[in-house]
Amino acid sequence: MALRDSIITLWKTLTGPARHFSLGFLTFGGFIAGIVFWGGFNTALELTNTETFCISCHEMRDNVYAELKSTIHYTNRSGVRATCPDCHVPHQWTDKIARKMQASKEVWGKIFGTISTRDKFLEKRLELAGHEWERLKANDSLECRNCHNFEFMDFTAQSKRAADHHARFLANREKTCIDCHKGIAHRLPDMAGIAK
Amino acid sequence: MRHQDRQGLSARAVLLACAAVLATALAAGSVIAADTTATLRKDDITSQKAPPPMARVENRDLKRARNYPEQPPTIPHQIRDYQIDRNVNKCLTCHSRTAVEQSQAPMVSVTHFMDRDGQVRGAVSPRRYFCLQCHVPQTDAKPLVGNTFRDVDAVIQEAIPGRKEN
Repeated sequence: MALRDSIITLWKTLTGPARHFSLGFLTFGGFIAGIVFWGGFNTALELTNTETFCISCHEMRDNVYAELKSTIHYTNRSGVRATCPDCHVPHQWTDKIARKMQASKEVWGKIFGTISTRDKFLEKRLELAGHEWERLKANDSLECRNCHNFEFMDFTAQSKRAADHHARFLANREKTCIDCHKGIAHRLPDMAGIAK
Repeated sequence: MRHQDRQGLSARAVLLACAAVLATALAAGSVIAADTTATLRKDDITSQKAPPPMARVENRDLKRARNYPEQPPTIPHQIRDYQIDRNVNKCLTCHSRTAVEQSQAPMVSVTHFMDRDGQVRGAVSPRRYFCLQCHVPQTDAKPLVGNTFRDVDAVIQEAIPGRKEN
């Protein structure tokens, strides 16, 4: 009964008006606390949105990150680099939160060592890559287009076959980036039977 | 006495030999240093030359003439990071039999579908799977040595002066 009483007391305190604090204190205090908590939340969120955070796990550092390093998105003449979240996390806030909630599955995977060895990772690679292909297919390769805007492309500066393919398949939205550009940043799994 | 003499003689011979070896080595050194055709470095063998800038891959998508009929055609485009392993062959995403309709790339020739007995198979034969064993991209690097290659037409033309080129 003591527990029930204390719950009732707590409820009454929460629902009753403040007895000792002024309305101004509560309003401004709430405002400032809101800034602190909201800011803190976003800062923590951004902290998980960095390459450093991603490769703090050996699963990412030794597999996908190691493979990324020789590709054009990491090493190139102009010094522009796409890091993990640029391609794997949406930039819009709501989409980002949705993706971060999905990523809780990755925490589960980390705890239970789903891909804790190279062999386990390779075995699961097709499934994991499939998730990313599906995601990019569904959002029309949004993360690609954050940098590679079709409207801004100078076809005359592209090689002949690139210009030709972009004009034929991308312009009429028949295909999206990921349909042709799979495996540009990481090695591909066994692609037998997968539509190219 | 005789024994001593022989010893003295041999000591002198060793000294002479040493001098000769030293002289040869010096001479050889100067020859190597002076002779720039001795290596493809075009520089003194004793020096550490600054490497030339990286050559650029020609990416014009224009077919090049073959120097002889059996020459594997060279790749007229960039192939950076193309993955060719047991999981996937990036080249075949455009050059395979089924892909050329969309890609309009040349299909791998039928010889690539033959096994070693000349039997045509349904897919590219494993012995022809690794494209880069024969087909390579070209860069704008200057050739290190000259080359006087003439193709068969030029040779025939020269041998039979009256013959027209077809």
